[in-house]
Amino acid sequence: MKDVIIIGGGVIGCAIARELTRYDLDVALMESEIEVGFGTSKSNSGIIHGGHHTEPGTLKGELVWAGNQRWVELAEELGFGFRRNGDLTVAFDDAEVETLEQIAHQGRDRGIPGIEMWDVDRVRREEPNLSRDIVAALHGPTAGVVNPYEACFALIECAVANGLDLHVNAPVTFISKCPDHFEIIAGGDRFRSRMVVNAAGVHAEVIARLVGLTEPVIRGRKGEEYLLDKRLAGIVSRTIFPCPTPTSKGILVIPTFDETIMVGPTAEAVEDLEDVRTSATGSETVFALARRLVPGISERDCIAEFAGVRAVTPNNDFLIGPTDVPGFVNVAGIQSPGLTAAPSIAELVVQILAEEGLNLSLRSDFRGSMPRPVHAALLSIEELAELATKDPQYAHVVCRCELVTEAEIRDAFVRGARTLDGLKFRTRAGMGRCQGGFCTSRSMNLLAEMSGQPMTEVTKRGSGSWIVREPEHVDGQVVEMT
Amino acid sequence: MRPLSTILDRYDVVIVGAGPAGMAAALAALGTGVERVLMVDREAEAGGILNQCIHNGFGLHYFGEELTGPEYAQRFLTDLLDHNIDIATDCYVVDISLDRVVTLMSPEIGVRQVAAGAVVLAMGARERTRGAIRIPGSRPSGVMTAGLAQKFVNQLGVMPGTRVAILGSGDIGLIMARRMKLEGMDVPGVFEIMPHANGLNRNIVQCLDDFDTPLHLSTTVVEIHGKDRVEGVTVAPVDGQLRPDMSRTRTIQCDTLLVSIGLIPENELSQRLGLRIDPATSGPVVSSTMETSRDGVFAAGNVVHIHDVVDFVSQEALLSGENAGRFVTGRRPPADNIRLSAGINVASIVPHTISSDREHTVYLRVREPLEKSWLRLGSVYEKRLRYVVPAEMVSLKVRPRFLENFHGDTLTIDILPRDEPVRDER
Repeated sequence: MKDVIIIGGGVIGCAIARELTRYDLDVALMESEIEVGFGTSKSNSGIIHGGHHTEPGTLKGELVWAGNQRWVELAEELGFGFRRNGDLTVAFDDAEVETLEQIAHQGRDRGIPGIEMWDVDRVRREEPNLSRDIVAALHGPTAGVVNPYEACFALIECAVANGLDLHVNAPVTFISKCPDHFEIIAGGDRFRSRMVVNAAGVHAEVIARLVGLTEPVIRGRKGEEYLLDKRLAGIVSRTIFPCPTPTSKGILVIPTFDETIMVGPTAEAVEDLEDVRTSATGSETVFALARRLVPGISERDCIAEFAGVRAVTPNNDFLIGPTDVPGFVNVAGIQSPGLTAAPSIAELVVQILAEEGLNLSLRSDFRGSMPRPVHAALLSIEELAELATKDPQYAHVVCRCELVTEAEIRDAFVRGARTLDGLKFRTRAGMGRCQGGFCTSRSMNLLAEMSGQPMTEVTKRGSGSWIVREPEHVDGQVVEMT
Repeated sequence: MRPLSTILDRYDVVIVGAGPAGMAAALAALGTGVERVLMVDREAEAGGILNQCIHNGFGLHYFGEELTGPEYAQRFLTDLLDHNIDIATDCYVVDISLDRVVTLMSPEIGVRQVAAGAVVLAMGARERTRGAIRIPGSRPSGVMTAGLAQKFVNQLGVMPGTRVAILGSGDIGLIMARRMKLEGMDVPGVFEIMPHANGLNRNIVQCLDDFDTPLHLSTTVVEIHGKDRVEGVTVAPVDGQLRPDMSRTRTIQCDTLLVSIGLIPENELSQRLGLRIDPATSGPVVSSTMETSRDGVFAAGNVVHIHDVVDFVSQEALLSGENAGRFVTGRRPPADNIRLSAGINVASIVPHTISSDREHTVYLRVREPLEKSWLRLGSVYEKRLRYVVPAEMVSLKVRPRFLENFHGDTLTIDILPRDEPVRDER
């Protein structure tokens, strides 16, 4: 019997898992995809919001600033990249300046330090590539950027190291409430647990229906993002927001942790919660609006595009709390700023579980920190040379665009990568300007070798996403050309 | 291949890339009498992309006979192995400093720095990807560049799919259309957004027509379908501004989409060196000796401009390697005194400058196809051309006698329709 089963291995489920493994509990996590973070989390823009944008009087507003402050420590403990690059919300006219002043006020009320209005001279000095039509900007020094998938992997690896029972390819299809526990079927296997945390993202409504709950109601809101070549690194150093409107944060220009520039996201209501298609209109909108902020941005520098679906509740706020089914806790509607709030959401969920009757006693053997994975691209030549003398695989480049070595690929496998996307999100192999043109076959070879399977078994992201197949067979024979 | 047991701290010439450009440059450099030459390549073997081009058609110009890619590469490699040359494979050039210190890494030698008297950049090109043109739709597996598919089929013995649509009529895509048919795959069609094909005419005939594979011009892919694996693509005709007509779409069932939409010179090292880059070629600006804007740094092959025939790569690289050798041995020819400028219907020109004291081969690409045309070199020379298309490079021999009475510093090259009256200014 498990104490807690978490449904969903997005950044929220992963953060809750790690938080729960601090205690003397038997915890499992069920993820429907082949690896954690492969749902909406991998498409997240990676912004750790400064905290001033989020409207007061909401649960989002309560959790965002607390969450923001936890990321420095989290990145330090778990060995993933975090940069507090700050953000700049820009105004093109006096009406927008007024809105920015309200945002500044709202941030100061929340106790966020350092928020200040910059006049046009300061804006030009600090971010010379912004549009000349900008009249003022609000600087929020507390904003940052992370890699959302790296955060998921680091959180889950830490949780697993502390005893989390992780199940992937395990979609939950059945939950039954018994007097003192839940019966659950996930990935065809049967589990029992005293409590259940529903962190299933866009699927949270379907999961809640399994125990007869009418909440949450989840609608999908798709966001398209476009990734630009590192050539543009430094075109802006802060995340650039347009002045928000009552309905949208708008299209942003985001200098990612890895120095690519990301532009987006769109916000489009979608019926199909798995509709992650990008579109011609999305692309036009994103580039037109990004160029309004930073005129040097062009479609010509695009190297990749993708989309994710946000889980949205009818009142647009997070829905976190106990339900009419004792022991079943909803953690739903976690859209922006959900990544920022994730650490504080995890703490809140632990508190709610305690109120539901979960016994919490801290373990003495919890290991909160994880060794930082080596990224050759982030090392100096001297550091890399030294590593290579110990292990020559650190001098064997697999992905040339992002300088990823064979040693890093092997390490990613040891840490749990089982697919090409899993390798890519852990190491950046295939994420650069040639988009895997050169390294795909090398990564596939290594993955096949390490897992002891033929290349035809390697997938992009599990299930039916095969990449290559065997040559044509006729009557069971390989056709030989003569 | 001779393994690299000891690497020196100093070389006369370091060549980055052991594809056709690198190998020819190495041979020519050795021919000038320099003694220490190092050729570096990221792959496990020299030969570059030729190793996966197992079809024939190589060498007609250079060797006067028809060879496969690996055979063409082997001719150069065999020659090279007769010389005293160091070849570092599985080896990646991290950086080249302004004073030509090359930082290398490979499992065999670790991370090392070597000083170079001259450097030849021969990194080749990479393929444009789906992301570069933002094809709308989902992101399933099964969308790949034609070159990756070629590597799968020809080198790794695995197939990219069962039914394969091809976007773009670049030569690699055309070659792969035939290759996949031979391997039993279905190729429902090649879709090209431009009103003309992007590959060589001989490839259209031999790789599409001969196999009944349809080529749909002025047509592009407007959506990719499939959650896990490609399930189909929607195509639409485009208008004169290349905008798709979404009222005339149709969906093609397929499990794979190959993209063959052009090559981009791999100039990341060139950019680190701060070389002047020509936006028309995306490669470094080069003189008639293939020297870049930085002293002692030469370039050759697809890194300079995209070629359609490897034979011309070899010829250009011989020039580059020879001049790298001459640079080191202090026998540099006189500097160029004439700048070449792209005029009417000329997209790009290489080299960017020439010298009036010797003969040069100048390579051009046109913007628009013309049935009959005139090539005009300033007011000093003109020549009839049969037909010109953007997919086929035009070469022009510029002889010193053309320039005897020319005293300017810039010559503009135009390629004009022949029915237009042509002034005779000679």
